[in-house]
Amino acid sequence: MAKIEILVVEDSPTMRQLIVFALKRLKDVNVTEASDGVDGLKKLSNHKFDLMIADINMPIMDGLKLVSLVRQDPKYNDMPIIIVTTEGAEEDRKRGLALGANAYLTKPVQTTQLLSTVKELLKLQ
Amino acid sequence: MSKDRTEEFLSTFKKTADFVKELLQENEKLRYQVASLQEEIKSYKEKGVGIDAHAQCIAKIAELEAEKSEILKKIREVEAENKNFAEKYIEVEQENNNLANLYIASYQLHSTLNFKEVVQIIMEIIINLIGAEIFVLFLLDEKTNELSPIATEGIELDQVTNVKLGKGIIGQSAKSGENYFSDIIPMFDSFNQDNPIACIPLKIKEHTIGVIAIYKLLVQKSTFSELDYELFTLLAGHAATALFSAKLYTESERKLSTIQGFIELLTK
Repeated sequence: MAKIEILVVEDSPTMRQLIVFALKRLKDVNVTEASDGVDGLKKLSNHKFDLMIADINMPIMDGLKLVSLVRQDPKYNDMPIIIVTTEGAEEDRKRGLALGANAYLTKPVQTTQLLSTVKELLKLQ
Repeated sequence: MSKDRTEEFLSTFKKTADFVKELLQENEKLRYQVASLQEEIKSYKEKGVGIDAHAQCIAKIAELEAEKSEILKKIREVEAENKNFAEKYIEVEQENNNLANLYIASYQLHSTLNFKEVVQIIMEIIINLIGAEIFVLFLLDEKTNELSPIATEGIELDQVTNVKLGKGIIGQSAKSGENYFSDIIPMFDSFNQDNPIACIPLKIKEHTIGVIAIYKLLVQKSTFSELDYELFTLLAGHAATALFSAKLYTESERKLSTIQGFIELLTK
């Protein structure tokens, strides 16, 4: 059975480790880490992912730009995207979802909330 | 005439005889049936069925009713236990998540001896795990007994001034080594250095080396959670040792390169 491939794009090593730690609790999951939007795009072009989790505030290329570029790629039209960010204002949420994110979670994020969102988007039990 | 009467009499007599015969046959049949029924009743009585059967059925129904209510009671108990287990599972899950956060925060804090990186990790923990928007990290200068800001978030470093040990909420918190939490988290109006909503002294044993002063939480966060208090406890100890070790290491590295340079100069 093929593993579920998840890409985590987050500049904070602490936050990245926390997300990876949480995702590893799911069965048959392979997590790839990227530290900014450009790094994320590179990894997306080299590998097929089933889901992407991205922060918004990142150096070099922010998460919103990354989401809009990913959505322009037909290969990733259907890939679920979760934004995990400190930006909690309603307009930020609307903008993130309008650009093509499937879920918008605000920090500090609860592990249970993150995992249930991932399961829901990947239609896991 | 006499012949006719005789025939009539004979005919009537014959009919009567037939009728009597039929009656006798019928009587025989009924006798047989009565005997059979009596036999049957006798057999039922021997088996204990009869009038007692009704009472027995009622007793059985009562017994089953009692059994049913006992089962229902047990189902209710199992359901309550199940609910209790589900609640405990959620609690354990929450505790597990909290421990994961604390483990990662602690792991990151001790993952480097570079002072700038340690400071960066402390900032990340406060932003991402606690959810603070505006805060300042002060370090105590033991020569001047002043707390100097070394890193800020949500505000420029030059907007923050030194704080005398024992002065104001921040100075008092550093001096006493006690955490400070504002009773209510007021609506943030403008930055007022002397009015933080939380102060966490960074301590190595009883020795304070700095303070984290939080002024504003992220818009989606209205109050501190249980996990935040645990993270503050962790930061108070682990951030202090991480900062102190990194500072010592950086200083020793600098001194080492100075000494090496001096030795090179002498040996030339």
